[in-house]
Amino acid sequence: MAEIVIHNLRKDFGDFTAVRSSSFKIADGEFFMLLGPSGCGKTTTLRMIAGLELPTSGEIFIDGEEVGQKPASQRDIAFVFQMFALYPHMNVRKNISYPLVSQGMPRAEIREKVAEVARILGIESIIDRPVGGLSGGDRQRVALGRAIVRNPKCFLMDEPLGALDAEFRERMAEELRALHDRMGATTVYVTHDQLEAMQMGDKIVVMNHGAIEQFGTPRDIYDKPATMFVADFIGSPSMNFLKFHGSLEAGATEVRLHHQTLGVPVLREPFDGDMVYGVRPEHVRLSDAAGYRGEVIATEYLGTTQIVTLKSPNGEVKARIASDQVARVGETVGLDFNSATVTLFDDQSGRAIRSDLNEGILAHG
Amino acid sequence: MSSFSVTEPSDRQKWIAGILVVGYALITLMPLIWILATGFKSSPDAIAYPPKVLFEPTLEGYVNLFTTQTRQTPEYLEANPPTTWYEEIVHDKGMVIAGPSRFGGRFLNSVIIGFGSTFLSVFLGTLAAYAFSRYRIPLKDDLMFFILSTRMMPPIAVAIPIFLMFRSLGLSDTHAGMILLYTAVNLSLSVWLLKGFMDEIPREYEEAALIDGYTRFQAFCKVVLPQATMGIAATAIFCLIFAWNEYAFAVLLTSGNAQTAPPFIPTIIGVGGQDWPAVAAGATIFLLPVMVFTILLRKHLLRGITFGAVRK
Repeated sequence: MAEIVIHNLRKDFGDFTAVRSSSFKIADGEFFMLLGPSGCGKTTTLRMIAGLELPTSGEIFIDGEEVGQKPASQRDIAFVFQMFALYPHMNVRKNISYPLVSQGMPRAEIREKVAEVARILGIESIIDRPVGGLSGGDRQRVALGRAIVRNPKCFLMDEPLGALDAEFRERMAEELRALHDRMGATTVYVTHDQLEAMQMGDKIVVMNHGAIEQFGTPRDIYDKPATMFVADFIGSPSMNFLKFHGSLEAGATEVRLHHQTLGVPVLREPFDGDMVYGVRPEHVRLSDAAGYRGEVIATEYLGTTQIVTLKSPNGEVKARIASDQVARVGETVGLDFNSATVTLFDDQSGRAIRSDLNEGILAHG
Repeated sequence: MSSFSVTEPSDRQKWIAGILVVGYALITLMPLIWILATGFKSSPDAIAYPPKVLFEPTLEGYVNLFTTQTRQTPEYLEANPPTTWYEEIVHDKGMVIAGPSRFGGRFLNSVIIGFGSTFLSVFLGTLAAYAFSRYRIPLKDDLMFFILSTRMMPPIAVAIPIFLMFRSLGLSDTHAGMILLYTAVNLSLSVWLLKGFMDEIPREYEEAALIDGYTRFQAFCKVVLPQATMGIAATAIFCLIFAWNEYAFAVLLTSGNAQTAPPFIPTIIGVGGQDWPAVAAGATIFLLPVMVFTILLRKHLLRGITFGAVRK
């Protein structure tokens, strides 16, 4: 098992820069998520860690050893592909034993190991079947088996659940996490599904346009987004953005939007210009006492909660409130924002303005 | 009922379809059947008019094809009775076997040149197709077009330059020369066909093998090649059929040592009158290898070995 350190990693494909100077550290035994929209460079980053792409510049350390320019076969890592990539001309047993054959392990030992892996994954009954006829979940298990059979330094997974049906995905996600907890292996997992990342990851890196937007625990990333992109990408519905113009001193605790005073966490830096008041839907309450008002334009019933969409003077606001609370379309209601959770953003650059809430998070963002 | 009916056809429809298919097969196979039959006819039966459909089969044609014979005096024939079945056939005509004919050697030349050039075309084609399919090669599209362009005019159009080149290189009437020539002609087809098949094989298979600790070459041999068998078999059949049947270059560039069967078979006609059974026997034997090769590889053509292993 190993620690992975990425330092100033960059990858160009001709004129196109897929990954621009990324740096982050994956601790030993961590379940690490690379999250971002398609084309953000997350898969390229993973493939560079695997050795399937060579970086244009920068370094990759696995277990303290610089492996950036080494071929994949010498890195002692396992890779789980989105499309499984099981060898179609071999049966399940041969697929799982294939990495061991390359190491020249004696046959008896291979049999033993494969049997053990099959038991862990619950695929003993299909061990002599050809891979062609297997269900999606079973193929995924075989692919995992091929990965864990030789105790690699780390597991790299490229959207391994992406090809599965929704119901299966849930179950495999749990299985994967349980497997990780049991083996304690460093795992790097690429996904574009923010829920999957939040649900399974110890740490998350959010990428966009080849650059890292934020790096941290799921909770930090959700509560204290470093950029508007992260705030928007994570959470469903995503964070509300109210645009306004103002001038703030360091130490300020409130801002003025549309002639109303709204609270913010104590600011740690001054700012002057166009800003965005960011608040998550679950931190918006409908309250007649509040001075800031909006008109209800839609409601969505979701069982225990409902999403109320309102039109406010600074833009559209979504509120997640208890489903028994009454909100009628066309009504104008007061909006009360939980000021301790608010993040202010610079509207130009999209970066979060430092405050008591996110101080320390932004430092290594 | 629509034109794409999914209902089970009735017995009557099955009968009609069956008769049509068998009838069509009979019509297309007629020349082949005629050749096959003629090979087993005696010389008079072969040219009988009206043609004989039922006849007494004899191996005379095949014996004539493989042997050279000389006429002998009755006294000599009396003194040397035939010891084998083929000597007996010849004996009955008042002849004795003087030695083997040249057909065996010509046929062997066809085998060496046909299979040799097929192997070389497919071997080189597979490597080139893999490289074109997987690597970023500068001017890749131009190179592929250039390779294709070698097939844009009929090969025989360059027969004279090739004849001159072969003469000065000492390749005329050699096996190596003919193998090189047929390989050169087949290679563009082979590269293009195989590149199509290689493109169909997902890269993830090789990448999985690379991760599993194999080198690029091992991954190619153990993972890509088994996936490409279908394409390689199909390409090999096309290459073999071309090299096997090629006539014009064979006439022009070979005369003895490396002469293949196609230019040789017509010359049988001239040996001792028009011996149609021998010509038919030669044609029949000439047909066999390609038929056997195609039938052997047919299962690879039909087997969808990659089915279901990757979800698309």
